[in-house]
Amino acid sequence: MKLLECKALTKYYSGKCALNEIDLTIESGKIVGLLGPNGSGKSTLIKLIAGLLTPSKGELTVLGNPVGVGTKKIISYLPDKDYISDWMKIEEIVRMFEEFYEDFDSKRAFEMLNKLNLDKSAKLKQLSKGNKEKVQLILVMSRRAKLYLLDEPIGGVDPAARDYILNTIISNYEPEATVVIATHLIADIEQVLDEVIFIHQGKIALQSTVDEIREKEGKSVDSLFREVYKC
Amino acid sequence: MKWEIRSDRPVYSQLMEQIQQGIICGEYPLGGKLPSVRDMAAEAGVNPNTMQKALSELERTGLLYSQRTSGRFVTEDEEKIVMMKETLAKQQMKEFLKQMRQLGFSLKEICDMIQQLEEEMES
Repeated sequence: MKLLECKALTKYYSGKCALNEIDLTIESGKIVGLLGPNGSGKSTLIKLIAGLLTPSKGELTVLGNPVGVGTKKIISYLPDKDYISDWMKIEEIVRMFEEFYEDFDSKRAFEMLNKLNLDKSAKLKQLSKGNKEKVQLILVMSRRAKLYLLDEPIGGVDPAARDYILNTIISNYEPEATVVIATHLIADIEQVLDEVIFIHQGKIALQSTVDEIREKEGKSVDSLFREVYKC
Repeated sequence: MKWEIRSDRPVYSQLMEQIQQGIICGEYPLGGKLPSVRDMAAEAGVNPNTMQKALSELERTGLLYSQRTSGRFVTEDEEKIVMMKETLAKQQMKEFLKQMRQLGFSLKEICDMIQQLEEEMES
């Protein structure tokens, strides 16, 4: 089923073109990697889908509806920056999310926090950078959303926690939900992806499945990426 | 089970091979029920849809079969396992022979070397 559709989607930032007439369809029930070098338009696309930016031109629909209040209810978004007040205790943040989002499952959040040995009575600002990221990802993945948008979710965490987080993603997303992961740490995530989208200078350069790339090119998505974007 | 996914080949075909290995070494016994797709995917650290594809492919070869409500099972037909072992052995031997030819050995030489090595290993 079509979950997301962009038609000639364009975004200008003060005269500069960040996304240039993108046509894109993403199905439900997939884990999709949104890959591209720094400044290629990954975060812009994600913010447009999350409804934080409005398109300059073109169309963007989620489950057939234009992005707005209705689509925010079914989209769980992890920004690439800290966005939660850090004087709050983790426990309080979980309660706040529970009140704020209808689809938030606090039991699931506490289970994951326990599993990663995160003390729920600690204040967010007492945590290390990596642990802060873990808490924010747990909050986002604890919603029963239709679309998860994760902007650089594993950048600051250690490899062991990375494995656990990827496992959380594969075992916790609802079968009909889609997870879009924007990252440049491709080697770590490519085996959990169904599909990859390469984005380059505001255009879609490639949309393919991981196994198609491996079959056709005889190499990993990571090596293909390094070749395509060689500096 | 220990899963190892290399980066240069399609993930689903590697999963197929490793599930076959699991059947041969008894991790997944004849006629036994397999864990759920999600559990197997989580264990292997791969996408559930990719695991699903590997399992469906193995179903097509008759090595696995699914029952609508109760899940997916390993075949009870020992002959199929024997055939699978032969296919896997042939694949490995092909690869081996190709490399030996590249090193310039004849079939006779290869056979002699294998025999010699076997004797050395036994003593």
